[in-house]
Amino acid sequence: MVETAKLIQGNQAIAEGAIYAGARFFAGYPITPSSEVAEECSRRMPRVGGVYMQMEDEIASMGAIVGASLAGVKSFTATSGPGFSLMQENLGFAVMAEVPCVVVNVQRSGPSTGLATKPAQSDIMQVRWGRHGDQIVIALSPSSVKECFDLTVQAFNLSEKFRVPVILAADEIVAHMRENFTPPAPGELQVIDRKKPTVPPEQYKPFEPESDGIAPLAAYGSEYVFHVTSSMHGPEGVSNNNPANATWKVSQLHKKLELYRDEIVLTKTFDVEDMDILLVAFGAVTRAARAAAVEARKTGIKAGVLQLVTVWPFPDRELAQLAGRVKTVVVPEMNYSGQVAGEVRRVLGPDPDIKQVNKFNGQIITPQDILKAII
Amino acid sequence: MKERYEIILAGSGGQGLIVCGMMLGEAAILEGKNVVQTQSYGIASRGGFSKAEVIIDRDEIIFQQVQKPDLVLALTEEAMEIYASGSPEIPVFYDTTLLKTRSGENLYGFPFTEMARELGHTGTANMIALGVMSAVTGLVKMESLAAVINKRFSGKVAEMNIKALNLGLALAAK
Amino acid sequence: MSHATGLKYLKKDSLPLMWCSGCGNGIVLAALLRAFEELGYGNHNTVVVTGIGCWGKADDYITTNALHTTHGRALAFATGIKAVNPKLNVVVLMGDGDGVTIGGNHFIHAARRNIDLTAIVVNNCNYGMTGGQFSATTPADSFTSTTAYGNPERELDICALAGVAGANYVARGTVYHGRALQNHIKEALNKKGFSLVEVVSPCPTHFGRNNKMKSAVNMLRWLKEKGVTREEYERMTGPEKNGYFVIGKLADRNAPDFNTRYEEIRARALGQ
Repeated sequence: MVETAKLIQGNQAIAEGAIYAGARFFAGYPITPSSEVAEECSRRMPRVGGVYMQMEDEIASMGAIVGASLAGVKSFTATSGPGFSLMQENLGFAVMAEVPCVVVNVQRSGPSTGLATKPAQSDIMQVRWGRHGDQIVIALSPSSVKECFDLTVQAFNLSEKFRVPVILAADEIVAHMRENFTPPAPGELQVIDRKKPTVPPEQYKPFEPESDGIAPLAAYGSEYVFHVTSSMHGPEGVSNNNPANATWKVSQLHKKLELYRDEIVLTKTFDVEDMDILLVAFGAVTRAARAAAVEARKTGIKAGVLQLVTVWPFPDRELAQLAGRVKTVVVPEMNYSGQVAGEVRRVLGPDPDIKQVNKFNGQIITPQDILKAII
Repeated sequence: MKERYEIILAGSGGQGLIVCGMMLGEAAILEGKNVVQTQSYGIASRGGFSKAEVIIDRDEIIFQQVQKPDLVLALTEEAMEIYASGSPEIPVFYDTTLLKTRSGENLYGFPFTEMARELGHTGTANMIALGVMSAVTGLVKMESLAAVINKRFSGKVAEMNIKALNLGLALAAK
Repeated sequence: MSHATGLKYLKKDSLPLMWCSGCGNGIVLAALLRAFEELGYGNHNTVVVTGIGCWGKADDYITTNALHTTHGRALAFATGIKAVNPKLNVVVLMGDGDGVTIGGNHFIHAARRNIDLTAIVVNNCNYGMTGGQFSATTPADSFTSTTAYGNPERELDICALAGVAGANYVARGTVYHGRALQNHIKEALNKKGFSLVEVVSPCPTHFGRNNKMKSAVNMLRWLKEKGVTREEYERMTGPEKNGYFVIGKLADRNAPDFNTRYEEIRARALGQ
């Protein structure tokens, strides 16, 4: 409805999406270009019964949201490159201890301090592999203010359902962009809460998966008393150094997501039915790719777009299925090395002509940049 | 009235260009349009080149950045250099209090800041500019801008901004 | 009146404890569990949060809720727990390396924020678990596995840091002075706001062996001799003070804790 549409910024939509999803704890440390998420939470959390905490650094922020989540409250943080680097160790803790939480990484130009106010998509591999130890993660990437909201809700849902941290890999463009947006009414979007134990408290094993592959999670302070550790542990949650147990545990952390791969991997397609060229894009660059496809068609070139809404796990099957129809695949992304292009090559092998469009100077990829690669 | 407008508001940090862009966007939303507002700025909160972009469209806005501006507001010499040298058919509005006067068919110079000062607050200069730009090009309706002012401000501040808007409208009549 | 033993909070199936013979951690654990019992803590409403280090293994032996975190970050995790559930008793067990060296920043800010946690920092003057390297509390000129010719750095006074950062309760005890230690821990647990008990404790395996106190008995003698009251310490002059440290209660105040302050701010946000 037009009457209730508002001009909303991406970062604000992320904060509102989190609150819609039931988040009632935010801990963070200010950093451009994510600070508006913290600012919005500082205003909203006290009014919705939640708590906003500004921690001493991003290490503490990540630790605090894990603690709060284990006390039964949906929790999240928001940061950008330098802060995301600091969060890695405790993010790995959330993977190991199977703690639901959401980490928003508004990507900006690097390395290091880089161009602090300018956009990039250069943390894609850090999102996937940034922590020590073998693990898989879920990462979603929004291309609009509406997707900032919707995918934040989705991130919480996936996080709660599978007991994993989920990363919202946004970029400075969507985070600072304002668009007309009508927030959904309560109940309009599905909101998933973590599965609670139903066994008698003395029988509860916090890391023993049920038949669906996922272990229920109690909350500190409930009638269930439980032990959580960063060390290798068995179903009871206490340290266990047995190799057989480690084999089980590491496999379990992977398998619980592999099992639900199709539910986790989200993509969108545009004009792919009759395409000769496939553009593969994610985040804000999706928009340039779509605009380029529209322009290309004006010159008789049939281009289509695959948007990787889920970046990790990588949408390999969806890509392979679409790429089978074309000879040329173009991957525009705001980084030097072609972090997603590398994945596209891994999936498609040597046959198709894979072209990269890379920009890494803080400037936005335009439809013209992409058109140059396909015309 | 056009289906789509691409607007650039350029100057330096602290001139209120982003808020100006937001108010323009909010007015367009009241008219049932789609809006994308983006900005580009440096690390300083004050000073340094700053730009707000607004796209208004009846249809979905795919690419989020302005590619061919229909309209430019320039509040510094630097901004003027960048945008006034472009196509002569793009109207460029600029502040003659802050910039040297230029001649050109597409150049609309008005003493926005001077007029705002006389009105009582230099902060209303952007509203005078929005008024004249909308009146000349049909960007958004005066009622929509007035509604946005009354939503954002109250009392004397709202009153002053409405006066500024009307000053802009009167400039267009000249 | 029967004395609390604290045994009901000890996970007997985890015995024997992994700590070296002569280590002070067992004495601190016993004091903590007895204090739990005297205060009537339940397993369900208590969370023991630990970092990484010898003392950070204590959660393995305690029957309450537990969270064994990353090195240096226990206070950050604990802060999140307390912030969303003020009814929980949240107790944070850290060593000197964990709590005030790698975790020094969190220590300062937990005290400044005055969040209602009780931190029990066992100070054995070195990193025991990794082989006795020097930490921020290793005395100057002491020998460790990474200060073969003596420590060029000065030691940090943990209690003074907590005091100036704003902790509501600060005390220093030793494992030699067991009864006093238990009372300090009990007072700290009872105190609303951030409370710290530093426990000076022997590490005969590393610090003692490297500094001519190879036997645990020698180390206990060291604690007995060097731990003095504030009055005794103040009577000493200049160089006499070298090697001595004050034990006892060092700060006790009642500034509002974080959760209380946040509820005040919330009321303001809601226009109440």
